[in-house]
Amino acid sequence: MKRLLSSAILGLALLGSAQAAIDTYEFASEAERQRYRSLVEELRCPKCQNQNIADSDAPIAMDLRAEIYRMLEEGKDDQQIIEFLVARYGDFVLYKPPVTARTLLLWYGPAALLVGGFVLLGVIVVRRRGKRPSAQNGLSADEQQRLAALLNQASMDKKDR
Amino acid sequence: MRRLLLVVPLAIFLGVALFLYRGLYLNPTELPSALIGKPFPAFALPSLDQPGRTLTHDDLKGKPALVNVWATWCPSCRAEHPVLNQLKQMGVTIHGVNYKDQRAPAQKWLRELHNPYQLNIEDAKGSLGLDLGVYGAPETFFIDAQGIIRHKFVGTIDERVWREQLAPLYQQLVDEAKL
Repeated sequence: MKRLLSSAILGLALLGSAQAAIDTYEFASEAERQRYRSLVEELRCPKCQNQNIADSDAPIAMDLRAEIYRMLEEGKDDQQIIEFLVARYGDFVLYKPPVTARTLLLWYGPAALLVGGFVLLGVIVVRRRGKRPSAQNGLSADEQQRLAALLNQASMDKKDR
Repeated sequence: MRRLLLVVPLAIFLGVALFLYRGLYLNPTELPSALIGKPFPAFALPSLDQPGRTLTHDDLKGKPALVNVWATWCPSCRAEHPVLNQLKQMGVTIHGVNYKDQRAPAQKWLRELHNPYQLNIEDAKGSLGLDLGVYGAPETFFIDAQGIIRHKFVGTIDERVWREQLAPLYQQLVDEAKL
């Protein structure tokens, strides 16, 4: 059991290391290393489209990582680096696209749907509430009497049999 | 009115279905280039044919042309090459960017498969490729006589693609240059 568990843990550890592409860049400070990590993780690889450039092994992702490292060393800030890449590859490289007229639906569509759903729910609930007090089972007093009479008659019929 | 409300879910479903159906036939690897309408990026790189000569973006100006990004390590480029040869015979101006390649195999490739390129820029490190937003060869840029990038095609140009999509674009650039 212990053996099984340890091999499972080892397997998981291997999985983790296999995910990220390995580069050997040296950074002047820990803060710079963090900036590099966050940049390569939020930029998208143009070739293998569902990966960020941190995880991708495509040659273009390697080139872009090298380019980002170079720009970091030159002392450019995050905004300048992102602009550099957007100028060449378009908004596509951003996993967080800017809010423009074209991306409004993308940014606010889900929230609008949610709000719409709540509004609909509210309308339905309010309508149901409004109906309830009018009559408990939807029958008028007259109908109520007829129902009682019918039920009575039915029970009489049963006894006869 | 009540009845109409019942149709709403069906209408929403049809709308979404139509949207997704269209999505099935879009090519997700085709990215719009960020460079359309912008000048060809500045560069100063050696010529593949005459290694002593330095080419710059001014050399590309003067007439509309195709700038084809290619490499010997790219199998699709080999498939595309005969089509480029044909285009050259038809009088289309084609320049090459030899992207992240080595000089000797590239020169051998051109000797063996014919050379459709008027100028061939040797971009060994891929720096021009980066400025062009290249993410995989072959890619072909259409530039006008002023050296402005007007269109980008990603993938292999074959006869059908040329006839149906690209020839009209090239013709338009040629007509503009005549005015």
